[in-house]
Amino acid sequence: MSSNKETPIKTIGFVFLVCLVCAALVSIAASGLKPLQQANKLLDRQTKILEASGLLETAGTDIVGTYNKFVVAKMIDLETGTIVTDASDEEINMFDERADSRNADKSSKPKNDIAGINRRANHAVVYLVNNEQGQLNTLVLPIVGLGLWDLMYGFVGLEPDLNTVRSVIYSDLKETPGLGAEVLNPRWKALWPGKKMFNGKGETVIKVVKGGAKKGDVHGVDALSGATLTSNGVQRTLHFWLGDEGYGPFITKFRSVASEGGSK
Amino acid sequence: MSSDTKKVLFGPVIDNNPIALQVLGVCSALAVTSSMANALVMTIAVMLVTGFSNLFISLIRNHIPSSVRIIVQMAIIASLVIVVDQVLKAFSYQLSKELSVFIGLIITNCIVMGRAEAFAMKEKPGVSFLDGIGNGLGYGAVLMVVAFFRELFGFGEIFGIEVFKLVQNDGWYQGNGLLVLPFSSFFIIGLIIWAIRQWKPEQVEKD
Repeated sequence: MSSNKETPIKTIGFVFLVCLVCAALVSIAASGLKPLQQANKLLDRQTKILEASGLLETAGTDIVGTYNKFVVAKMIDLETGTIVTDASDEEINMFDERADSRNADKSSKPKNDIAGINRRANHAVVYLVNNEQGQLNTLVLPIVGLGLWDLMYGFVGLEPDLNTVRSVIYSDLKETPGLGAEVLNPRWKALWPGKKMFNGKGETVIKVVKGGAKKGDVHGVDALSGATLTSNGVQRTLHFWLGDEGYGPFITKFRSVASEGGSK
Repeated sequence: MSSDTKKVLFGPVIDNNPIALQVLGVCSALAVTSSMANALVMTIAVMLVTGFSNLFISLIRNHIPSSVRIIVQMAIIASLVIVVDQVLKAFSYQLSKELSVFIGLIITNCIVMGRAEAFAMKEKPGVSFLDGIGNGLGYGAVLMVVAFFRELFGFGEIFGIEVFKLVQNDGWYQGNGLLVLPFSSFFIIGLIIWAIRQWKPEQVEKD
């Protein structure tokens, strides 16, 4: 240890040098690995969308190929329910609900925030998943809502009648393992397909039933035992996103267009 | 391997374990031990960070002005942790999603800082690196034991492979809800400390 090293200039210079080296190291790692990270993120999302539309098994290892073959992503304006036609593929691909919902210009406060999301992005990206013949097979809608601990992000897949559930898949959550995180349990996910979101009047009536749904109840799904708050969160999330402040306007528009198209 | 190297590398596993003897780094040991896979990744991450932070700090130990040494150590440790986090995000996205914030929190793991200050500031780079790896091993050994009990009795699994069939999946085993929660690690770590001190009474603190 040299005795002359404690001059202020030397100290500042040394700290500056260390910072420079550290900053270089961090930025090289961050920018060098960015393409890989983005590819991972995209692959993760595509996998979930295929899972939500029941195509994951047919896809096998070829996630990207299957996704590109069957899935069309559209950006929509949630308030009007119309498709944003001038959105580029780049914009659709890079759309980040979490970033938008924190941006005051690109989001709004829901009047009836039952999902506990605080702010909702004005736009959303929905996924039309076609069958081999190019007809709509599943509509996959991203959802987000409060569970017990934090927001839970996922997807809901609807059959072409936009009422029958194909799947409810969560992709990102911080619920208690073994309790709330059982929403990821394949056995619970298997309860959803075939359930109906809406009743004859078009009201959202899907619910999670504590103690187990009655046999033949097309609107009820068993709640998770030991995870009442997470189960309620799932129900509220679905009610919010299928309601007027969620995809409601889009679903209405989509149905009317589909019926016009069908009559031609 | 000489006996000195061995002592530096494997001493921290039982004789001088950072969690069991020094009771450092307990908070992350609670958080990431719900599954063995998570605990293993965390172990590797901490091992790399302690190893390399010790190495780099030891390399420049004679130039670090002592008035700002803690900050300099922090800067190096934080950079390494960010690099580890980025690498994990690039190569193991699923695990990085599960470990999320806890990788970043390695920065605050007292073991890393403790070894840098107590060992790397005085010793040569090579032996400092081994000391860092050794302490990572010691930390990881406790983590793996805790995770083994928590995953086996909480979820009926080891490394995600079913051992006891859970009631939820039509099996016979009712998962232990306590072990699923992070604070149950306190009990297991306590029992580990007790077991080690029974075996090696010299670790017991004098009143």
